[in-house]
Amino acid sequence: MPKTATAVRSAPEGLHLAADVLVLGGGPSAAWGAVAAAESGATVVLADKGYLGTSGATAPSNTGTWCVPPGDNRHTVVERRWQRTGELADQRWMLRCVDTAYRNLLKLSEWGYPFPSEDDERLYIANLRGPDYMRFMRRRVLLAGVTVLDHHPALELLSDGDAVVGAAGVGRQVEHDWRVDAKAVVLATGGCAFRERILGSAGLTGDGYLMAAEAGATLSGMEFTGKYTLAPHGSSLNKGLPFRWASFHREDGSAILGPTGEPLRNGIGDREEEVARALIEGPVYARLDQAEPALQGWLRQGQPNCFVPYDRAGIDPFSDLFRITLRAEGTVRGTGGIDIVSDDCATGVPGLYVAGDAASREIMTGAVSGGGAVNSSWALASGWWAGKGASTHARRRGGKAFRNEVRPLGQAGLRPAASPRADIAATEIIEAVRDEVTPLDKNFFRSGAGLEKSGERLESVWRDVRDHLQGEGLERIRTREAASIAAAGRWSVAAALHRSESRGMHRRTDLPGKKLSLAHRLVINGVDDFRIAGASERLAELAS
Amino acid sequence: MIEIVSATRCIECDICVKVCPANVFDATKDGAPVIARQEDCQTCFLCEIYCPTDALYVAEVAEGPTGISEAEVEARHLFGGYARALGWKRGKAGGSEFDPTHRIRVAQ
Ligand SMILES: Cc1cc2nc3c(=O)[nH]c(=O)nc-3n(C[C@H](O)[C@H](O)[C@H](O)COP(=O)(O)OP(=O)(O)OC[C@H]3O[C@@H](n4cnc5c(N)ncnc54)[C@H](O)[C@@H]3O)c2cc1C
Ligand code: SF4
Ligand code: SF4
Repeated sequence: MPKTATAVRSAPEGLHLAADVLVLGGGPSAAWGAVAAAESGATVVLADKGYLGTSGATAPSNTGTWCVPPGDNRHTVVERRWQRTGELADQRWMLRCVDTAYRNLLKLSEWGYPFPSEDDERLYIANLRGPDYMRFMRRRVLLAGVTVLDHHPALELLSDGDAVVGAAGVGRQVEHDWRVDAKAVVLATGGCAFRERILGSAGLTGDGYLMAAEAGATLSGMEFTGKYTLAPHGSSLNKGLPFRWASFHREDGSAILGPTGEPLRNGIGDREEEVARALIEGPVYARLDQAEPALQGWLRQGQPNCFVPYDRAGIDPFSDLFRITLRAEGTVRGTGGIDIVSDDCATGVPGLYVAGDAASREIMTGAVSGGGAVNSSWALASGWWAGKGASTHARRRGGKAFRNEVRPLGQAGLRPAASPRADIAATEIIEAVRDEVTPLDKNFFRSGAGLEKSGERLESVWRDVRDHLQGEGLERIRTREAASIAAAGRWSVAAALHRSESRGMHRRTDLPGKKLSLAHRLVINGVDDFRIAGASERLAELAS
Repeated sequence: MIEIVSATRCIECDICVKVCPANVFDATKDGAPVIARQEDCQTCFLCEIYCPTDALYVAEVAEGPTGISEAEVEARHLFGGYARALGWKRGKAGGSEFDPTHRIRVAQ
């Protein structure tokens, strides 16, 4: 029998549990973290804002993994991928990641996850269909004896002065507060999608970044939020794959041309740039007319959600022109997040571990997007390491009681610095941030002058949040989300201004080209009064 | 966005209330769940596939409701369309073993 968490106190005052490890989140990295910690003998509570099985970016999608079998070829594959990362990734981490991710993919197949087969009957384990995968992972988490709290968003971390010793939040369906005392906490709260209407985005408001920064953790890669993905106009389907076989047209019917002057026939990867330029000028239409009939069938069957918008709108995307858009993806397909300081995914704050999109993926994918393969393998691997790391920390901490004084760390959106004001509302805050960090002409293509202006506006938004934004009861979820979005936007714009060059998805129109002096990561420390610094030394230390 | 909870199809199991990651539905005392926070819907279509009776309809527009009627969804056989495409049935998972995505990756 697996050990389970103990109840300290229960309703009506709220829910109060004690466990060795608390995992925050309900996506793949949280699920793998919870299973890894439970397998090492820890009692584990997993608290998710949504429902473990449907929430997060993976559940509604169909994720390709970075699946590199062991063998000599591995180093070559990693080296080749590293070439594309704008020199910011770390091959040692990339190798570790493919190794652990591969083992966990094999574990999935041993556990009976229904993978498809290739023509030679071998299982194809390099793709995980989101709804099936996450439903399967929920069962594994429950089988491991983890106490799962669905619809229990965390609002803040708890500290005893030395270490993070748990978290507190609110059960949004049961409408009571909760608190979990834990010897270690894994933040697996995903990225920040800045409230863009993309798949999985509802819960992805960057709460983990703010919670970690309040506890003293460092962020990195926050300037790399310039990734956008094509979607049918007005839809949530930010999946680029079908647009690999498309043509693109302006309102007047003229074709959008690629860099060589030929009509564009593939709109993904670097070619998003031509589409973005056209979209700034006016509406853009596409047709998936480069897909052969066999491929059309595979696309329909393999990526069924991509076709839901067309089918429901009565469009045949292979023969009809339809309007498209580029959806901003913040740090979800960007790379920024909480910086990792050691192999067990520790954050440098005792007791606090991080996994998946909540972590900076700069060590894995540098200045380019990890969407499409790297990110899901990273969730598989980092979740595992963080779960193990947290349970080891919990064991070391042993029976040591928490210091008497357990203090909640939440500030912005929970405990304003000045008097709360009713006219400062979460929705307006989020809109104001979106105005700076999602428009193509501000954030896909960036400029020093534009970033300065955005920075000033975000500073003023942040002052309102810090000083006056507050909610009561369930409203705290929204005020805290708004505070997290405002913090993430502000860090992102400041880091983008600091990086006075172009690299990967950070495109400065005023400063094209990379600078040798900036071939290092940028780390951010602090919430209200934060500092940005180069991380060259720490990177060397990590690599040694 | 989520637009329809069909009272004629719904068996009031409240699964959608539990599984919606955006907490869009509220259970009711004596009937089908209601769409209580439509604006929060992330248009992920997952409630549809978890519903054992294909009683839910999520329209393709993510920014706001289209106002489509239940009669039209029924007439165009759109209820349960996404579940059928995946191979899920009556709220149970299925079909991932037939996913041909590896062929797309090769073509890519
Ligand atoms: C449309 C789409 C397609 C993608 N396709 C691919 C692909 O093909 N290949 C690839 O490698 N990657 C892909 N990705 C990226 C991949 O899905 C993510 O990297 C992965 O889901 C990250 O896992 P995660 O567990 O860290 O975060 P998520 O899966 O995003 O989960 C985050 C979790 O944190 C929870 N949470 C948030 N705040 C709180 C809080 N305050 N308290 C408690 N819980 C909280 C959320 O509810 C959610 O459950 C895709 C992403 C999208 C959006
Ligand atoms: S899941 Fe379907 S049947 Fe169950 S309550 Fe919701 S709509 Fe009704
Ligand atoms: S589409 Fe997704 S977010 Fe919207 S109601 Fe259904 S499950 Fe909830």
